[in-house]
Amino acid sequence: MSSVPNPLALIAELTHRCPLHCVYCSNPRELQSRATELSTEDWTKVFKQAAELGALQADLTGGEPLARTDIIELIRAARAAGLYVNLITSGLPLDEARLDALIAVGLDHFQLSFQGATEEIAAEISGTRTHAQKLRVLDWLKSRRVAVTLNFVMHRHNIHQLEEMLVIAESSSASRVEFANVQYYGWAFANRAALLPTRAQLDGSLGIIKDAQERLRGKIRVEFVVPDYYAKYPKACMGGWGRKLLPIAPNGEALPCHAARMIPGLSFENVKNRGLSEIWNGSAAFQKFRGQDWMPEPCKSCDRRDLDFAGCRCQALLLTGDASATDPVCTLSPQREKVNAILAAINAEPPPVSISARPAWQHRPNPR
Amino acid sequence: MSETPTILNSQSRPRLAPGCRLNDPGKEPRTLLMPERALRLQGPSLEIIERCDGQHTVEQIIAELQKIYSKAVPEKVARDIEGYLKLLHDQRALDFQ
Repeated sequence: MSSVPNPLALIAELTHRCPLHCVYCSNPRELQSRATELSTEDWTKVFKQAAELGALQADLTGGEPLARTDIIELIRAARAAGLYVNLITSGLPLDEARLDALIAVGLDHFQLSFQGATEEIAAEISGTRTHAQKLRVLDWLKSRRVAVTLNFVMHRHNIHQLEEMLVIAESSSASRVEFANVQYYGWAFANRAALLPTRAQLDGSLGIIKDAQERLRGKIRVEFVVPDYYAKYPKACMGGWGRKLLPIAPNGEALPCHAARMIPGLSFENVKNRGLSEIWNGSAAFQKFRGQDWMPEPCKSCDRRDLDFAGCRCQALLLTGDASATDPVCTLSPQREKVNAILAAINAEPPPVSISARPAWQHRPNPR
Repeated sequence: MSETPTILNSQSRPRLAPGCRLNDPGKEPRTLLMPERALRLQGPSLEIIERCDGQHTVEQIIAELQKIYSKAVPEKVARDIEGYLKLLHDQRALDFQ
């Protein structure tokens, strides 16, 4: 590796604890317990090292980052290190005084997740009743000076609520709204048959998004992420392995991607034992799929290799059994048939959009 | 705050939107930080952003940059500044007051 680029953002998974139990949670199936979590001092050191390494932003996420009783201290420390601080949260546990404290110590950007446009669907997905609290939080945010993004996670059971979701966004102080379809790893992979939208649903949503982007130009940035099974080319997962993003698990393990633990043969270094710069620049896990030398054909000679970096390693593993394969969602992949078969099954018998049929969800539990 | 962004004209006063700020003083390169993005600033782009403080009008920003870049065609300076402010507004990095 001739030169390794700086990471742009540190993704600090502060905890796997969460009051919600979403069926598509991006946390690993094996959740880490509170006892293994890094201390305030550990994170403070990590923020400093990340800024020294060239990172500009810190994403404080989880689990639910507000479950950390030291969240105020952590935001203060990240900001003092010179980082732009994003909080990615479900909006609880939070009241107005705590919100003021988060902003007072330097929170730049508040990202509030939504499970749907109504309490009914949100409760079904998250296994708790939190939608009303989220609407309260939006109301509090209107009188406070902080960037606001709404993150709607999209799937078969809420994609028909897109217009109602836009109404929520337009009545808020958000400058950005993200409609991100579920990607299928971990908990979402286990619940995929009940979550993947049909092609007709997806096509219907694209027109609504295009209209909203035009109508809200200069007011709200509207972003949409398709479920990549329906895409022609794979997503540039993590912006390229070991290239832009540096996730740290609650226990301090530095991961090239937050799902990377599923890939056999990789071992991860811990920020408690080694400096972030050494880990980023030199550890075997970060080198494994960095650059282009490791790529298989057709990626290695493909014009798109600098755009999508051969796609997602975890997806390649889940769908083909080989983490080094071309991401099979790519229509140039010799294994695209596997994705086509999944889509054919989903679209052959379009399932009801109502949740009255009650899929046999696997809700994500709380770690011990 | 949730004031509705108004339109760009010579008397509007651009101000960085909530959650959009320069990186800490003394840090190089100068960078505009915002949700999910970071823009490196140098020369005119930095001169413009430093004046997006809710005090300067667009007219004043143009006049000051025309002075700094006195060798450039004044109309082109004005056009470039308006184009840049419009772009940043569309990205929700600026409000016009």
